[in-house]
Amino acid sequence: MQMNENYKPLIVAFCCNWCSYAGADLAGNNRLAYPADVKIIRVPCSCRVNPMFILRAFQRGADGVIICGCHPGDCHYTSGNYYTRRRMALLFSMLDYLGIERERTRVEWVSAAEGAKFAATMNDFAEKVVSLGENKRLEDLRCKK
Amino acid sequence: MQEITREQLIAKAKELLDKGTVNRVLGWKRGEFDWDITPALFESAEELDRDFVWNDFCGANFSKYLIAETKKQPPVTDKPVLVFLKPCDTYSFNQLLTEHRFERDKVYAVGIPCSGMADINKIRDVADGVVSVKSEGENLVVETLYDGTKTLPFADMLAERCAVCKSKKHVAYDELLGEDGELLDSNRFDEVEKLERMTPDERFAFWQNELSRCIRCNACRDVCPACTCEKCVFDNPQSGVENKAAANSFEEKMFHIIRAFHVAGRCTDCGECSRVCPQHIPLHLLNRKFIKDINSFYGDYQAGAEVGSRAPLVDYTTDDLEPSEATKWEDTNA
Amino acid sequence: MRKVLLESLDSLFAAIAAKNTLYIPVDTNGGAKFEKWQEGKKLSNALHTTKSPKDFFFPQSECLMKFKTEGKNIEIIDTRSESEDFAIFGVRACDARAFKVLDNVFLKEPVDTYYQNRREHGIIISLACDRPAETCFCGTFDIDAANPDGDIVCYKTESALYLDAKTEKGQGLLAAVEAATEPAEASEIDAAKQQITERLNRLPLADLKSDAFGAGKTDTYFNAPEWKELSEACLGCGTCTFVCPTCQCYDIKDFNTGHGVIRHRCWDSCMYSEFTKMSAGQPRLTQLERFRQRFMHKLVYYPENNDGLFSCVGCGRCVSKCPIGMNIVKVMKKLGGSVND
Repeated sequence: MQMNENYKPLIVAFCCNWCSYAGADLAGNNRLAYPADVKIIRVPCSCRVNPMFILRAFQRGADGVIICGCHPGDCHYTSGNYYTRRRMALLFSMLDYLGIERERTRVEWVSAAEGAKFAATMNDFAEKVVSLGENKRLEDLRCKK
Repeated sequence: MQEITREQLIAKAKELLDKGTVNRVLGWKRGEFDWDITPALFESAEELDRDFVWNDFCGANFSKYLIAETKKQPPVTDKPVLVFLKPCDTYSFNQLLTEHRFERDKVYAVGIPCSGMADINKIRDVADGVVSVKSEGENLVVETLYDGTKTLPFADMLAERCAVCKSKKHVAYDELLGEDGELLDSNRFDEVEKLERMTPDERFAFWQNELSRCIRCNACRDVCPACTCEKCVFDNPQSGVENKAAANSFEEKMFHIIRAFHVAGRCTDCGECSRVCPQHIPLHLLNRKFIKDINSFYGDYQAGAEVGSRAPLVDYTTDDLEPSEATKWEDTNA
Repeated sequence: MRKVLLESLDSLFAAIAAKNTLYIPVDTNGGAKFEKWQEGKKLSNALHTTKSPKDFFFPQSECLMKFKTEGKNIEIIDTRSESEDFAIFGVRACDARAFKVLDNVFLKEPVDTYYQNRREHGIIISLACDRPAETCFCGTFDIDAANPDGDIVCYKTESALYLDAKTEKGQGLLAAVEAATEPAEASEIDAAKQQITERLNRLPLADLKSDAFGAGKTDTYFNAPEWKELSEACLGCGTCTFVCPTCQCYDIKDFNTGHGVIRHRCWDSCMYSEFTKMSAGQPRLTQLERFRQRFMHKLVYYPENNDGLFSCVGCGRCVSKCPIGMNIVKVMKKLGGSVND
C-alpha cells in the first residue's frame, strides 16, 4: 500500500462509560500522549455498540474502529461485555472473511485505573492503522471529501 | 425423484380436511411450467386435485408464511392450518417457535421426506428453452425448445443447498409421511473453507465481484424465515441507513453483513436466500461462515434443532475466546 | 443492409467502440449483463440480460445534485456532465419497445432532462431473437421479435450478423463503420426472419392474449376477488420491479455525506411497504393493494394514459425470477380467464 507521509488516520473509539471512558480520562490527567486522531464516542456499555455503528463509522471515513469496555467479569451491567465479546468475535471474523484488513478493528478491555493501558492501546492501534493506510475496502465514495 | 407422491400428499390433505383437523392447507400450487411453483392455500378437495403440485421444484420453505397465516382473524384460524414441511423446513419451523413468532397449536405440521430439490438454473445452463421437467428414476427428463429432449442425472441438477443437505431428519411434526431420515454428515463448510484459504486480497475480490451484482431487491431478506422483524431497519426512514439506492459497493456490503449478522445463531442454513437471488449471489456463504465460526468458537450449535434452545449470541461463558483470537483461522490457513 | 461474418464480430465491435462507447451483453456469474466492450469481451448467447437495458437511460441510482451549506447560504451544485454518444448492442425487441414505454413517461411535459440527455446520446442496436425463451410472450403485446425497434436492427444467422439501419442515427453509425462490414441483400435474412416467426408461434405462452385488458378496465378488475389469491404468497420484494424493463417508479432522497448533501434518485418498487409513503402514511396498506397496483399499472392505468400502449413488454424476466413463481402471466390468465382459456 502506498504510504503518504502526511497521512492522518481517523480512528473511532467506542468507550464504555464506566471503565474505558474513565480510563481515557485518567490517561489525560496523567498527561499520557495518544494520537489526537482517536475520536472517542462514549457509550453506556460496550455491548451498546451495534455492528451497524462500526460499519457506519467506516462509511463516514474512519480508518479504524476500536471498542473498549470493562474487563470481562467487571461489567457495570454484570454481563454486557460478555455479549460484546461474542458479537465482535463473530463480526471481526466475518470482516476478515470478506477480505477487510483485520487490524482495522479491535476490542480491548480497559479499566478506569488503566490510563497507561488506554494510551498504549491507542498508540499501538493508531500505528497499525497508519501502516494499513486509508480504508479503501469499506469506504463509501459519496462520503469522501 | 421424490420418495413420496403428489397423490399421497393430496390424500393426506383431504383426509385432514375431511376429519376437520384442519380447515386449510399450505401447499405448492402448479404454475405455467414445472418450475414456477407458488406457495398457496388450498381449502377444498377440488382445489387440491386441480392445482396442488409436488415435484422436484417445491423448494419454497413455508415456515415463514405461518406467521401471517396464524395471525389471521377467526373464523379462518378457528382450526389449524396444515403445512407440509421438508426436513430442512422443520428447523426453520422450530426456530420460529423458539422466537415465539407463531402459536404452535394453530398449525398442524406434516413432515414429508425430501430427496433434494433441483435447481432450474443448473438445468437452464445445459438445456435451452426448458418447457417441462419430469422425474424418471435417477434422471430428469427435460423437454426443451431448442435442444430436444434431454435426460439429465438428478444428482447433477440438485440445488447447492440440497447437494450438501445437513439433515433428512424432521425435528418437528405432528405426523410424518414416509420414513424419517438421519442427520447427514454434510460437507457444507467446504466452500467456506475454500474462501478462508484464499488471501485477504482474493477474498475481497471474490466478495466485491459477488456483492456488486446486488440490485437491492431484498428478496433474500423477504424470503428468509429468520428475517421476521415487523419493520426492517433498512426499510425505516428514521434509521439513517434506509436505502433503496444500491448506490455503491459500500451499501451492498453493509446490507449483507448486517443481515447475515442479524440472523447469526438463528439462521438454520435453509438456503432460501441463495435460491431466490436473481443475481445468483452465494449469500449462504455468509451465513455459513457465521455458523462455522459459532461451531468452532462456542461449540456445535444447530439453530432450530430443538425448540427453546439458547442462541449463541444471546448467551456467553466467562471464558469465551477474545475477538483478537477470532481471526486466527487466517494464520493457520496461510 | 450490411453484414459481418460472425468470426469478425470483434472487428465490428472494435469499429463501433472506436467511435462511441459500446456496451454489449456478456456472461457473468449472475447471468448476462451489459458491459462496456473492450478487446476480449465476448458476446453472451443468453437471450436476456438479468437486468434490462433501461439502466442506460434511467439508472438504478443517480445523483441529481449536491448541496453545500455555509452559514445561511446554500450552494446548489449541478453534477451533470455532458454525455457522450454511446451505443448499446444486443437490445431485444421487448427491451427496445420498453424504451418507448419509458419515453412516454419521461419525455412528456415536464420533460425529465436527465433521461432526455442520455436518450439523445444513446444509439440502440437491437438484435432479433433467434431463440426466444419459453418465458417470452412479447407477441401478447403486439411486439414482433422478428422485427424489433431500434436505430440499427440486427439479425444473426448461422454465419453472419446482418445490420439494417432504421433511423438517421443508425445510418450515421453504420456509415462510420462501413469498413468493418460488407454489403448484403435484404433477402438474405428472409429465412432467419421466418424461422423466428415460426419459433415465436410455437412458444408455450404464444396463446396469451391482452384483449381483456387496457384502457377503461379499472372498474372491471380493481375489486376483483382474485387479487387476494394472487397476492397471498407475495413476499413484497422488489425482484420483479428491478428486473422489469418498463418499471419506472423512483424515489428521491437526500443523503448526508457528513460534509454536504447529495440528492439522489433511485428506483423504487410499488411492492415495498415504504412506496409513496407520505406524511399521512402509506396509501396502500396491504400487500394485496401493492401487488394490485403493479399489475393494474402495467395492464390498465398505463394504457389508459398512453393511447392503449401496455407497459408490459412480455420479456419474461419476472416469470423466471420471481422467488415465489408469481408473475404477470398468471395474473392475466386468472383475471382475464375467459379470454385466455
